Formats: sequence, structure tokens, C-alpha cells
Amino acid sequence: MEELKTIGVALAIGLGAIGPGIGIGIIGGKAMEALGRNPDAESVIRTNMILAIAFAEAVSIYALVISLIIKFT
Amino acid sequence: MHKISIGGEAVFRVFGLTVTNSLLLTFVMLVIFFTVGFTYDLRLKGLGTYSTQIPGNFVFFIRFVSHSLYSLFESVLGEKTKVFYSILASFFLFILLSNWLGLIPGVGSILYGHEEKVPLLRAGTADLNTTIGLALIAFVIIQYFGIKYVGLSSYLNKFINLKNPMSFFTGILELISEFSKIISFAFRLFGNIFAGEVLLVIIATLIPVAVSLPFLLLELFVGAVQALVFSLLTAVFLNMAITKEAH
Repeated sequence: MEELKTIGVALAIGLGAIGPGIGIGIIGGKAMEALGRNPDAESVIRTNMILAIAFAEAVSIYALVISLIIKFT
Repeated sequence: MHKISIGGEAVFRVFGLTVTNSLLLTFVMLVIFFTVGFTYDLRLKGLGTYSTQIPGNFVFFIRFVSHSLYSLFESVLGEKTKVFYSILASFFLFILLSNWLGLIPGVGSILYGHEEKVPLLRAGTADLNTTIGLALIAFVIIQYFGIKYVGLSSYLNKFINLKNPMSFFTGILELISEFSKIISFAFRLFGNIFAGEVLLVIIATLIPVAVSLPFLLLELFVGAVQALVFSLLTAVFLNMAITKEAH
């Protein structure tokens, strides 16, 4: 049972990290594109990029919470 | 390898209250904050109001930090930054210092205790209690200023709207997303810092020499970004709460 639990923990965080990873990649790429078009707006773009990444990252945090719950209960 | 524990561990007890290792490091941090504040005050008082003396690097550094923070929040909140600056900058500095103190060598590796050895110190934000506390403070502040600026009835109108079924359902969704803010605030900070500490422990166990250094630098960066994200998100949500809905 303990082995299955470990596999479950690894699967939960591993699968949960796929989506946010793709999302953060897209956000970063688009921010770079915007930066290339308009280099003067660097500080605004950076702030908004970090905020958007934080929202995308929250999804993987939920996966982390689930895996922690499985691991420690 | 020392056993990885998800929460803070009790170090000793004072008057029946358990003092955990993360609480201990938070107290250390508070002492640092008070020292910096009093030193700044003393340096300024030593000058007098109309002195032409140059205040010195320490005063300039503190002013530089607070000015950069002010202009950062000004890009989100505009002229209302005056009202919210103190709480937002407090969030930023508290989380930043708490994250970075957890990276100092010795924190987490010095063990203490008689029968069961536990780490003497642990980063404050690597404990879920601290981050949930911070998230609750942010949540209450957002609701309070939302009601204060928009008015109780129109603020509640955002969540409970009986005009038509569509806005009723979006109101329920708003209500759920309002409460999920607490969870995502708390777990984002906790997850990042805790995962960073686990990563450092595992790397140091696998390869004890030199390889930890780039990961330590990465964790410095992550700590700064998480402090920025927490305070900026609070600023953005505050801005959303205090602006009237346009119809």
C-alpha cells in the first residue's frame, strides 16, 4: 500500500505540473514578443508577466497540495 | 539525511505555549526589523531638520528601497498608493526577509533537543501557519477596503445579484473565487519556499560539494519573486475591490 501511495504522490505532482509548465512557457514567450515590439514598456510587461505566471503557477500549487495531502495522511 | 517535516516542529515550551522553530526565526526577524527601524530613526534625529549634513549610506539605502517599492505599487494602484503603501511594503519586506533568512547556512541544519533532535531554526514562510496568517490578513484587508470605498450594498451586489439568473451564477462564482484567494495565497508561498528547502536538502545529500551553490542562487531569486508576487497580487486585488463596477 505504501508503494502505491508513493506512486500516487509522484503522479499527482508530475501530471499537475504539465499544464502550468506549458502555460508559463506561453506567457514568457508572449512577453518576449511584446518586449521585442515595444522595448520601452519593459517594466510594465515584466510586472504583468510575473503576475500572469503567478496565476498559472497556482494550478501546480493545487497539485502540490493534493500530493502533500496524499503523502502525509 | 534528516527527516523532512512538513510543518514547524516544537523546540521548547514557554508557559504552556509551544514555540516552534519557524516562530523562533520569525522572532529573530522581528528583532532585525526593529533594529533597522530604530537605527534609521536615530540617524535621522542626529541630523536635525535643517541640517545640510549628508545622512550616510544606511539612510540612503533604506530610502532607496522604500522609494522603489513605492513606485512599484504606484504602477498598480495609482494615486491610492498613499493609503495602502505601508501594509503592502510590510508584506513585501516580511516575506522577503523570511524567505532569505531560511537560506542562511545553519538554518535547518543545526539540530537541538534531548531525545528527539529537531532543527533549531526554520524559515517562517516554510510553515503553513505563517502563510495562512498572511493570506487571512490580506483577505480581510481586501474585503474591508472594498466595503469602505464602494459601499456595503454595492459591494455585496457583486456576489449576490438577483436581477437575472446569469448574474446570479456569476455572483456565486465570484464568491467562490474570493475564498479560493486565501488558499492560493497561502499555498503558493508555502509551496514555493518549502519545495525550495526540500530541493536544497536533496541536492546537498546527493552531491555534498559545490553543486548546492547554483540552487542557492535560484532560491534567492524564488524568494524575491514570491515576495513580489504576494504583495503585487494583494495590490491588484485591492485595486479591483475598491474600483466601482462600470455598467
